[in-house]
Amino acid sequence: MTSPAQRLADAIRHPKHPGLPAVMPYVTSGFPTRDGFAELVLGLSDVADAIEIGVPFSDPMADGPVIQRSSRIALDGGATLAWILETLTSLPRKPACPLVLMSYANPLMAFGYERLVDAALAAGVCGFIVPDMPWEESEAFRVLIASRGLASIQLVTPVTPDDRLSKLGQGEGGFVYAVTVTGITGAAMEPAEISSYLDRVRSLTGKPVCAGFGIRTAAHVRALSGHADGAIVGTALIEALGRGEDGVAFVRALVA
Amino acid sequence: MTTPTPIRWSDWPDARGRFGPFGGRYVPETLFPAVTRLEEAAVDAFADPAFMAALDAELRDWVGRPTPLTPARGLSRLWGADVWMKREDLAHTGAHKINNALGQALLAKRMGAARVVAETGAGQHGVATAAACARVGLPCVVYMGAVDVKRQAPNVRRMQLMGTEVRAVTAGDATLRAAIDEAMREWVGDPARTFYVLGSAVGPHPYPWLVRQFQRIIGVEARAQMLKQTGSLPDVAVACVGGGSNSIGLFHPFLDDAVSLLGIEPGGRGRGLGEHAATLTYGRPGVLHGTYSMLLQDADGQVVETHSVSAGLDYSAVGPEHAFLQETGRATYDVVSDEEAMEALAELCAHEGILPAVESAHAFAGARRWAKANPGKRILVGLSGRGDKDLPILDAWEAR
Ligand SMILES: Cc1ncc(COP(=O)(O)O)c(C=O)c1O
Repeated sequence: MTSPAQRLADAIRHPKHPGLPAVMPYVTSGFPTRDGFAELVLGLSDVADAIEIGVPFSDPMADGPVIQRSSRIALDGGATLAWILETLTSLPRKPACPLVLMSYANPLMAFGYERLVDAALAAGVCGFIVPDMPWEESEAFRVLIASRGLASIQLVTPVTPDDRLSKLGQGEGGFVYAVTVTGITGAAMEPAEISSYLDRVRSLTGKPVCAGFGIRTAAHVRALSGHADGAIVGTALIEALGRGEDGVAFVRALVA
Repeated sequence: MTTPTPIRWSDWPDARGRFGPFGGRYVPETLFPAVTRLEEAAVDAFADPAFMAALDAELRDWVGRPTPLTPARGLSRLWGADVWMKREDLAHTGAHKINNALGQALLAKRMGAARVVAETGAGQHGVATAAACARVGLPCVVYMGAVDVKRQAPNVRRMQLMGTEVRAVTAGDATLRAAIDEAMREWVGDPARTFYVLGSAVGPHPYPWLVRQFQRIIGVEARAQMLKQTGSLPDVAVACVGGGSNSIGLFHPFLDDAVSLLGIEPGGRGRGLGEHAATLTYGRPGVLHGTYSMLLQDADGQVVETHSVSAGLDYSAVGPEHAFLQETGRATYDVVSDEEAMEALAELCAHEGILPAVESAHAFAGARRWAKANPGKRILVGLSGRGDKDLPILDAWEAR
């Protein structure tokens, strides 16, 4: 049987819209409201190749103002990791793409790693992105989730040296998250500037490479073709949701 | 029968930046090269006699070190103890914060940084960084919570006079934690050119170590002064603990001595979550701002807002070395309330002719309690800063 990590890699390598990079929307769970979360995830899963399920945190130090605000609203609305995992576990149908959980370290630690892995598997989660848990601090967590077939997704940046990049990109399953700006989420992106960086990342890992941070439009997504296996769209989607727009329609327009 | 091997305090932090289980580098990948480069540069600078000589000269000629050790005659009489005060209030800019800010500013210059960012709570670290940056010639931006901008207004003006841009942070709790969030984000945005002058012994490795090394001078001087002026070491050394920089600076040189170490945390208005900022006393381990340490958090791992009458102690986490000293039993930590701290402040004004910072007043309130329980002992108290900046707080307290 294929592991969840492998399933995630396969979904990115074989996107629903051939010729385009896989599209992976990021949602802050519980934003704009908790009520719409299950429906949003299911709707997005029909269009997207994977979904990044964001766990809101009180101190999101790697996020820009838009995701900070969405996190605050979600927390004020009562979104917790336990609620997120329960909701995903009891969806009325199976999502049509793999899910990835993105969380800062502390909510995961407070939940307890062992319990977390069981609950994540039950919820259909295929991997974890933990932006404040770099390679040096993540060994125990990585070993545990790998033993259960889950992916630990490492972030790399334009300032990551080659030898470190090779280390972070080793192994199989999941993907490498290539941060496309040296900065916090939400900053603008010049596709031309980053293609050589993405080519370098791809040459140093056997995993699929997904570009993230600052990808906002269908043109951005298209420009990544041939340089990245996937495109992660966070801030632009959260802005659309904040304006009361239909998130599924927003993502559909990215791959139109 | 085997006796347990005594802890060699000089072994910590280890190569991974850990003090026992605490510490580490929980930073986004973007910052990883920056913290590694900072550690290497600091190790290199500390081994360079020219850097250390330049630092020593600035500490002497510009900061005004050594600061005095003053016998507290009035308090000694009142408390039935022999009380001595280490006078960081007499350091340039009025608090211990300058020891670290100057050290890091010199390091930033040496590393060729183009600009400095810093956070500040009470404004003391902001003022110290503004002054140090003016002195070494670096542009400086300071993030300060909007609540603190209001309650520490005199310090905002002082920073601006020295050419620093003060940015008020309205996000989150609008105090020190939110200011650190913002300063870190700014650093994440430009790690190659920006040097982050972190103001307490918190954050990712190497900061807890780096800040401690720059603040150790407090304890090094105090230890020598105690021996010279009294002929012996104190029975106990007492300091207030916000992030933990003045306390670790005072404690560290005494770790191998038979001297009790007592850190005083801000108990605020009570024991309930959100009523205090007494992290070591009421917290649980967790990760905030790049380090694994004790943390005030809810059951879901969300960091909670804190309260203290003192802006400089109003922080949900604490330096990892204190968590280690607590776990090993080498230091103990006690809590005093807003009320007790304000009483101690009044006592110091009336009987010693010194207006201490509200932060420092916590140390005196804790020392007084210890003195009552342990009569006739020799007590060293860290007087971390002066209280001129606190006049708005004192007015608000009177009017409450
Ligand atoms: C005078 C004074 N003492 C103590 C503190 C608390 O910080 P730390 O625990 O790092 O010494 C501050 C912080 O602003 C301060 O201004």
